Amino acid sequence: MAFVQNFPFMSIILSLFSGPLCSVLDGKWAKKVNTAVIVIIGLMSSCVLGYVAGLGEPFIYRMGHFPAPWGNEIRVGVLEAFMAVFFCVIMLLSMAGGVRERLLQIEESKQNLYYIMVNLLLCSLLALIYTNDLFTAYVFVEINTISACGLIMIRQNGRTIEAAARYMIMSLLGSGLLLLGICFLYSVTGHLLMSNIRQQVEMLAVSGEYRIPLMVSLVLMSVGLAIKSALYPFHTWLPDAYGYSTVSSAAILSSLVSKGYIFLLIKIFYRVIGFEIICSSKVIHILFVFGVMGMIMGSVSAIKEESIRRMIAYSSVAQIGYIYMGFGLGTEIGVVASIYHVLSHAATKSLLFIAASGLTDASGDSVRYEELHGAGFRHRLAGAAFTVGALSMVGLPMFSGFISKLLFAQAAMGHEYKMLITLIALAVSTILNAVYFMKTVIRIYTPASQDGESKGNRIIHMREQPGKSAALICFVILNLILGLNSEPVIHMIEAGLEMFR
Amino acid sequence: MSRKVPQEKYEKTFSYKFKRWLEGYKDPFLDTLEMKSQKAFHEDEEITRLHDEDKEQHLRQLYDIEHNAEVRIFAGIYKVFSVLFCIFLVMMLLIAVSALPPFGEAGNPVNNEVSERYIENGLQETGAVNIVTGMILDYRAFDTLGESHVLFIATCTVLILLRADTKRDQEYGEANDRSHEPKNDVILQTAARILVPPIFIFGIYVILAGHLGPGGGFSGGAVIGAGLILYLNAFGFAKTEKFFTAKTYRRMSFGALACYSIAKSYSFYTGANHIESIIPLGNPGAILSSGLILLLNICVGIVVAGTMYTFYVMFRKGGY
Repeated sequence: MAFVQNFPFMSIILSLFSGPLCSVLDGKWAKKVNTAVIVIIGLMSSCVLGYVAGLGEPFIYRMGHFPAPWGNEIRVGVLEAFMAVFFCVIMLLSMAGGVRERLLQIEESKQNLYYIMVNLLLCSLLALIYTNDLFTAYVFVEINTISACGLIMIRQNGRTIEAAARYMIMSLLGSGLLLLGICFLYSVTGHLLMSNIRQQVEMLAVSGEYRIPLMVSLVLMSVGLAIKSALYPFHTWLPDAYGYSTVSSAAILSSLVSKGYIFLLIKIFYRVIGFEIICSSKVIHILFVFGVMGMIMGSVSAIKEESIRRMIAYSSVAQIGYIYMGFGLGTEIGVVASIYHVLSHAATKSLLFIAASGLTDASGDSVRYEELHGAGFRHRLAGAAFTVGALSMVGLPMFSGFISKLLFAQAAMGHEYKMLITLIALAVSTILNAVYFMKTVIRIYTPASQDGESKGNRIIHMREQPGKSAALICFVILNLILGLNSEPVIHMIEAGLEMFR
Repeated sequence: MSRKVPQEKYEKTFSYKFKRWLEGYKDPFLDTLEMKSQKAFHEDEEITRLHDEDKEQHLRQLYDIEHNAEVRIFAGIYKVFSVLFCIFLVMMLLIAVSALPPFGEAGNPVNNEVSERYIENGLQETGAVNIVTGMILDYRAFDTLGESHVLFIATCTVLILLRADTKRDQEYGEANDRSHEPKNDVILQTAARILVPPIFIFGIYVILAGHLGPGGGFSGGAVIGAGLILYLNAFGFAKTEKFFTAKTYRRMSFGALACYSIAKSYSFYTGANHIESIIPLGNPGAILSSGLILLLNICVGIVVAGTMYTFYVMFRKGGY
């Protein structure tokens, strides 16, 4: 057995261990530990990615002395390793982009608690990515939920505490439904390991036994994870949670936490139930309808918003809608498009949040939309980065958003009865995206009137905020890579999905 | 014939005091117990009025209930639909449950090779007489590792929310700590003096014997945590701070979780790489047996006890 195969397990344990370690350190050291852990895990995951891509097949890592249905195991394929690398990159950049805000908005004595949350969040994301066991997934979903609550409310004001309470209620409801679904599945299949459940489910599908519990469990798990990842009618917790928390938290929550649940849902579709059974069930139609509704309604709500942070947050609802619409198409290429959109949205949304925080810094810390006049001139890098993010969200060629929209359109082509709806929804949603993002871009490049100085408008140079500038530049490059060089990524996603079978 | 005893000597005897107490002459707690009767809660009419006014204005201006037909209709529909939805959900789940395999039958899908191996080989493979402990701390130790970190992170979140870090909050917490209840309650102190040692010993026993019988880290830790809370209630923070402060808690939980992670990493690593583990399983039934399980139980017990105590302290005062 190659030594590289130990790396996924080591990265999970390392991030798990660094959580309690941060509790005995002070904020400064905790930050260093956190950065080091993310970098090390990113490097280890890249080694794993190279190894698996060379191997050409997934490998299974046994956690302990007992083989799988009795003990725990993790399973690593190309897609898992790629997701781990990507999540580490996004997390590192999001943390770097919000250093100053964290120092200002979090009490000094509670700084180290923030890094505990981030470390354990990373651990739970890695475990959700790698696990081959439904119950292990549930345990780490719990860690994910609690740490996300912590990330929201650590900036202590009334708004964030309300948002955290709302997030907690909705998210626990989702966890509860997921757990119920797992229980139903366990009692009809007798297994918790994904591969074994899949065998049993295929046998049950042939024999037609336990049809109702199987369907109910599928519905419960899908709805539970849809609530947790803020699919349209369950999105009410989202705008406050993303809009008022400190900027690193908002970036991490929007681009990583919800994506972790979506990745788990993909694993459930492919590894637990089997994609053919999912496609023949009615559940995907429901996901499709909600996804399309989310694409439109999320954008409409975003147009109505007056605060730039909440506007970006509502735009997430629309983007999550895209992802679920891709699942709802029920074809392989639809899922590929969805996964590509997971990547492109993660790279763009955190860019937008951090760029917006740069713009608000230059406008007297006001998130109100009217006061951002000329902010693009006062903080040039943030203005440029925000423009890149906005263009990517709208779907201009060269940027990552274009590729995912193209993939969605390709996936919809030739579909029996969902083609027209998908194409119309894509067109309408793109126009609505353009309305609110271009409106903001135009506003930040409209010169401000002269009385601006009294409000606290000031010019910010790149050197003043080195962390944020570096993060913004990296995000822009990441976006361009995803937009200009999408072919290898798409191949990797396809190879990864092939390994799921 | 009984001997005559002088009056002063008689008044010092226990039976005299007991007789006096029985007849209601003297209350033994009168000078020893700090009496503080609970004050009835008086509603400040001014504040209530302002509150009501505020609420009314809120409803009037924000939603404009009387003129806003949309909100009124929505509220009505919301109520009806929530009831209908609950009924639908309950019906759906009931139907699904009724279609599940019947409870406790031998031919159920749950009774497969997985549980068979746990039951038949659990003792030989893990060395734990208690199969459940063997399962959660050896076969599926990774899940339990995650679960103990759930407790840890829950405590951290409570610390974020409730820990009083500014001087003003700390003073407020100090001043209002137990303002309605007597301090140094003799009844409670006497009871705690008798009860706390057996509770601790029982908790330690439950943890240490987790692999031999019912019990384990989670239940034993909860028992010890309850004992700590009782001790704190009886004797106050001044006594508990001598041995349990925020620093102690941080170090203890870090030590326990790190110990768990490292011990289990060793067994994951050796297991996955097919290296023989050097940890002996020992004689089943002996206290030092079943490999790492005893150590893991102790770690989990420490984390659980600390978590319970910290929750209590945070909700009561916001600091140790």
